[in-house]
Parts: sequence; structure tokens; C-alpha cells
Amino acid sequence: MTGGLGFNPVKGLEHLLGIWALRFLIAALVVTPLRDLTGINWFRYRRALGLLGFYYVLFHFTVYVVLDLRLDIHAVWADIVRRPYITIGMACLILLLPLAATSNGWSIRSLGPRWNTLHKLSYIILAGAVLHFVLARKSLTLEPATYIAIAAVLLGYRIVRKPLQKWRRPKRHNQPVRQT
Amino acid sequence: AAPLQAKPGPYKLDEKLTPKEAVTTYNNFYEFGVNKSDPAQNSGDFKPTPWAVAVEGLVNKPKTFGLEELMKMQLEERTYRMRCVEGWSMVIPWIGFPLKALLDQVEPQGSAKYVAFETIVRPSEMPGQSGFLQPLSWPYIEGLRLDEAAHPLTILAVGLYGETLPNQNGAPIRLVVPWKYGFKSIKSIVKIKLVDKQPDTTWKNANAKEYGFYSNVNPAVDHPRWSQATEQRIGEGSGLFPDRRPTLPFNGYAEEVASLYAGMDLKANY
Repeated sequence: MTGGLGFNPVKGLEHLLGIWALRFLIAALVVTPLRDLTGINWFRYRRALGLLGFYYVLFHFTVYVVLDLRLDIHAVWADIVRRPYITIGMACLILLLPLAATSNGWSIRSLGPRWNTLHKLSYIILAGAVLHFVLARKSLTLEPATYIAIAAVLLGYRIVRKPLQKWRRPKRHNQPVRQT
Repeated sequence: AAPLQAKPGPYKLDEKLTPKEAVTTYNNFYEFGVNKSDPAQNSGDFKPTPWAVAVEGLVNKPKTFGLEELMKMQLEERTYRMRCVEGWSMVIPWIGFPLKALLDQVEPQGSAKYVAFETIVRPSEMPGQSGFLQPLSWPYIEGLRLDEAAHPLTILAVGLYGETLPNQNGAPIRLVVPWKYGFKSIKSIVKIKLVDKQPDTTWKNANAKEYGFYSNVNPAVDHPRWSQATEQRIGEGSGLFPDRRPTLPFNGYAEEVASLYAGMDLKANY
């Protein structure tokens, strides 16, 4: 009857959509370090992963508004204004809108380098999404701690990426020189 | 769980019982894990017998009660509403006896003002009590004011649905205080101590801004992260459109217990 969602199917669905939204957002941000560090190139999947993350966030929000709060717009607004973890979640959804809207070839071509700058918003969104998840829990256990660690590694990598590449590149170019 | 007979007690409730399967598989019992399905799945190794409950502190006749003796108390079936602080509720047919019957046997002294409770610590049988990053500190502790503890609605439960308590519901003996949020109803009790000062409680220690000592069900006082105005009745309604109903002051037991808090600011004493 409840399709494996347990005796509280609305919360079950809400949480399931939320955690998969977070997982897809993480997956989208794994693509770059994965290529840099291992050479495995999943760039052709990055747009799909990011968009899946966006759709799951959208469904997560829809279930919360329609099934959980029964379209009680006053209750939704009260939640957004008064409860920091919901404020953060809502901000992440809003920040995802321009990214989803520009996830097409035409936007990438016409925005040029500005597209890259705009899509750096995904770092803020990931940090916000993890915060939203952790603050929604009653206590810090291994599961939320794991997501904090993953997000910290992915976002930390963006800080060290440039210096790391500068340090690696000369080494790579030096090798053939030594052989001749 | 073994069959357990009890005559119907006072406090009739004209509401549909929550299905037994829901009562025994949708639980918060962090000693067995933090997910709702964890207690039913992870409590198989827990041994609720033999068992004893030490009743001590400011009493004239401190005593350790063996489980056999507790099972011989005047058992009654009491159908109560159960409202979780998370915003869901159930209707559960408990079997138990008034806590007052136990307190009377040990004779609390005049200086006793509060009752402190403690859950067993047994990491080898309770997987939630071991491992990296524990959600709470153990033992789980709770407390009531003495007049709350002696109220006729407050019971020690040893069964539900005509059977002894399943492990996931707090076997072999737990507290049930139906006008307070569920976390006050401490499970698998090994110690009851009469004290003169308000005792520490687990969730208040973990997050005092969100969980107070009193924790009376109150639709007018929101949890900082969600509204307490309504609740979802587990097992009612259908599928993705479950029953959501207004939450009642003192969980519908205002007539019986509101006088305990006369003159108190319930917004400050949440």
C-alpha cells in the first residue's frame, strides 16, 4: 500500500527525494576532480546529473508543499521565514533555477565565460543543501557527518585545484625533457 | 512477545486503534538506531529477561523489584493517544499499572519533589549504543515532577495489544505519560530515583532550546523547527494523503491534567 515507504509514506517520500537530490548534486560536483585526479572523464554526464539534482529538489519541495503541508501556503511561508533549515533549503532551490535554465547548449555558447562563473553557484548550493540536511536532523550521526565530509572534500578541492595543477603540470612536462 | 491478559482500565478512548504492525515497526528508540525501522530490525538480540528495576533515593523503603513481581501488579488495559514531538501520533492499547502503585510501596519522603528514570545501557545487545558518533549520551534519562508521576494517567507499561512489550517498544517495562511528547515515556527502565531537584533529561541535555523538561503536548508552542499545531495520525487516511488533524492541548487530556500546571507559563516551561 505504501510501496516500501513505511507507515509515514509522505515523510518517507519527502526524505527519499531529498537525499537523492543531495546525492545527484554531489555526483555532478565529483565529475571535475575525478577527471583531474584519475583521468576518468564523465563530463558528458555532468549536465544530466546536475539536472537530476534539480528535478529531485523540485519534487522534494512539491511533496513538502502539496502532500506534507496540504497547500497551506501560510504554513509554508511561516516555515520559510521562521525555520533556518527551511530558509536555506528554499534558497538552494531558488539558486538552482538559473542553473537549470542555462543548462542548454545555446546558453553555454551565448554566455561564454560568464556561464562558468554563473555555475560556480553550484558550490554554494551544495554547501546549503548539506546544511539543510544536517539541520533537519535531531542529532549528528554518522550519515549526516559523512555528507559533511564529502561536501568539505569537494568544495575544498576547488580551493586547492589551481595551485595543485600548477604544481603537477611542470612535473609532467619535465619528464620528456629528462628522457631526451 | 507472550500473551498477556488485563482487564480494561479507566480512560476509555473512542478512537480507532493504530494497527499493531505500525505500533511495532515505526519507532523512535535510538538505543537500536536512529531510523524509524531500526528498533524493530535491530532489537532481536536484546534480552528483556531477567530484569529488575531499582527504586531508590528519597524514599523510606528503597527496593529492587524483579520483573516477576512487577508483572503481578494490578494490570489494566489503557488505550492512550501517543503524540511524538516530530508531529505524528498513534492510538495504542497499553497494558500496565499506575506508577503511583509502585511509588506507594517505597513511600516517598516529604523532601522528594521529582522522579528520575534511567534506561539500561547494554551496547552488546543495543547496536545504537556503540559505534562512531553516538546520537545521544547514554544512559537515556528522563524525569517527572512527583505530582505528574503520581497522576492516575501515568502508567508503567509491560505490554501492548494483549502481549508483553516487544523489544522495540521498550521491553520489558516502560513509562507512558500520554499528555507529554513521546520521548518523555522512557523505555526499558532499570532505575527510578526520587530526588529533590529537577533532574537532567536526555533531550534537554542534547538541545535545551528544542526540548524542555515539561514537554507537554501543546499546539500553541511550536518546536523551533516545525509547527506543533497539527499531527499526522499514523495508519489513518490513505497512502500519500494520510490523516492530518489538529493537535489537542495536553494531547486531549487537558481535563485531567491542566490543573497540574495552573499559574505556570507554558510557553516558558515547554
